[in-house]
Amino acid sequence: MNKEFIRRIIPLQIAAILLALSLSAVILTILSISPIDAFSLILSGAFGSPAKLAYVLTAWAPLLLCSAGLLVTFAAGLWNIGIEGQVVMGAVFATGLMRILQDSLPPSAVLLLAALAGLLGGALWGMLVGGLRRYGSVNEIFGGLGLNFIAGSLTVYLILGPWKRPGIGSTSGTEPFPPSLWLPGFKDFQASPIEMILGLIAIASVAIALRDTHFGLRLRAVGMNMKAAFLKGVPVDQDLFLAFGLCGALAGLAGWVLIVGTSARHNLYPLISSGYGYLAILVVLLANLKPFWSVPISFSFAAISMGSLQLPLQRQLDSSLGGVIQGMLVLSVLVINGIRSRWLRHEG
Amino acid sequence: MDLPILIGSILAASPPILFAVLGETITEKAGVINLSLDGSLLLTAMVGFVVALHMDSVIAGFLAGMVVGSLIAFILAFVSMTLYQPQVATGFVLTLLCRDLAYVFGKAYAHIPGPQVSHAAIPGFSDLPLIGPILFDQNPLVYLSLMAVILVWFFFFKTQPGLLLQGLGERPAAAYVRGVDVTAMRYLYTLIGGAIVGLGGASFSLMVKPGWARPYGIEGTGWIALAIVIFGGWHPIRAAVGALLFNALQTAANLLQSVMPDVPTQLFSTLPFPVMILTLLLVTIGNADWTKRVLNRLPEGMRRFLIRTLKALQTSPPASLGTIFKKE
Repeated sequence: MNKEFIRRIIPLQIAAILLALSLSAVILTILSISPIDAFSLILSGAFGSPAKLAYVLTAWAPLLLCSAGLLVTFAAGLWNIGIEGQVVMGAVFATGLMRILQDSLPPSAVLLLAALAGLLGGALWGMLVGGLRRYGSVNEIFGGLGLNFIAGSLTVYLILGPWKRPGIGSTSGTEPFPPSLWLPGFKDFQASPIEMILGLIAIASVAIALRDTHFGLRLRAVGMNMKAAFLKGVPVDQDLFLAFGLCGALAGLAGWVLIVGTSARHNLYPLISSGYGYLAILVVLLANLKPFWSVPISFSFAAISMGSLQLPLQRQLDSSLGGVIQGMLVLSVLVINGIRSRWLRHEG
Repeated sequence: MDLPILIGSILAASPPILFAVLGETITEKAGVINLSLDGSLLLTAMVGFVVALHMDSVIAGFLAGMVVGSLIAFILAFVSMTLYQPQVATGFVLTLLCRDLAYVFGKAYAHIPGPQVSHAAIPGFSDLPLIGPILFDQNPLVYLSLMAVILVWFFFFKTQPGLLLQGLGERPAAAYVRGVDVTAMRYLYTLIGGAIVGLGGASFSLMVKPGWARPYGIEGTGWIALAIVIFGGWHPIRAAVGALLFNALQTAANLLQSVMPDVPTQLFSTLPFPVMILTLLLVTIGNADWTKRVLNRLPEGMRRFLIRTLKALQTSPPASLGTIFKKE
């Protein structure tokens, strides 16, 4: 990190954080709730006990995986809003495979194959978005959104239909998997290091792939100017497919984590993606598409999300306050970035 | 159920999505994408209900919805057109932010009864056979939204400022040369579009789905509205037809559900979404290069028919949609 970076970028991000916090404080004051009280509730909700920290880490892993995937699609200038559906399809494929093989193979083999199934499910759903865009000229935002809803209704169908619990078919989900099919956690700490390591490896590999490989170079060229890249001989269509497939695969792996993770519910239920994909879009925007920064940012977003779950329990406050703070953060960064670039423009 | 009542009920449910689609069409016609629609609808629905409740006036509720809608649009316009930040990203952040704001501020107002717009049959006309119950025995907002469609159409294609508006989205540089302040005019139409979207949000909470709750049950409608704008080819009447078709589809899904009680209810409520993708595919597939190649191989008569059908369905956006106009 050079001095220029520290001088210019760091104060900027701090200004953005302060702006976001004060805007959230204004909102809390309007609701006649003390901002200090609410913020400390969120903090203690996230870090107040080992169990709470374990939940934060559990939420961090899928967020990391989704962010890693989105770094790929954003590098190519693609808006993969379909990531939610890709998480869901990863969970669906993983669940399906585990239901078939859980009685015939050793648990570790089942877990491993389920991870591959998750990767596959997400990748297929992602490439469907790519296919709609390539062969149907359907903008990826709308193709992706539609596929999100379809993935959601497919889950509901599976839960209430073919995969319903014996006797009671309810939207609470499929029959939970036995503990042998959970990722191993620690004795008093219900978070699995495997999930987080996978997430961090994903971010690191994407960072390296984007920076040091020919594929990464091509993707970034496409992201900067698709026509120019095409004229320079970049196989644009193939690379875009690959980008959607890669992002979908990582999102699908996140779906697998949501099934087998130590603190997961260990079954398939409606809305299993619970907004992780959308949240990861905010993470990557806030990180300004920088892999390194998406690590701490996704961690703090996981903490804010998990911490604000305490708000409705302790105060008459909706847990969406966490989402408000996260949204305010991204909006503030956009505003401050804009003010800075206009200011620099006048200066230069 | 007999047909007039069915059509009447489709119309009765249509004002929110009609207003949302009209507002976004105006905004996009000026060259601005306001992606915040889904969150905007939720937040303006919540604000509209709360203000109407406190002031005991539905008019105040609608006004509040419009003010909040244009406020959101203003933030989008400011961040994207004055601060030059990416428009799609700004809109997406605003969508999530407004949704969460609606849940946070609306919590205290969930599931409480409040004022709502009452029915207003038009005397003399409502007793007409067939069209009476369909068209003239409705909520005032239904009349207003249908009139708005005609008004926007008239404004776009029959007035001077309407032609200018189209120029903003198609060729802003040309408009600038003719002395139009492109950015200021885009601000104006973004704000107007936002206000109309706000009217749509408030018509949810004050008429179609009175009250407030979390989840409110309209989540996702804004995204559908954005897709309908594309389906409508940025033409108000075609967009209105798209909105009504979508409502008809939802009604059909509800009817199917009562015919097939064995199928889970959640399945039918998602039915409109695959249909949305399919219609988008239909209106955009003509733009793809491979369709021409395939069509060229078909026998003459069939080829002509298919090309004509695709041409009729095909839409393409205002040429400068989503791009920021800079003077230099």
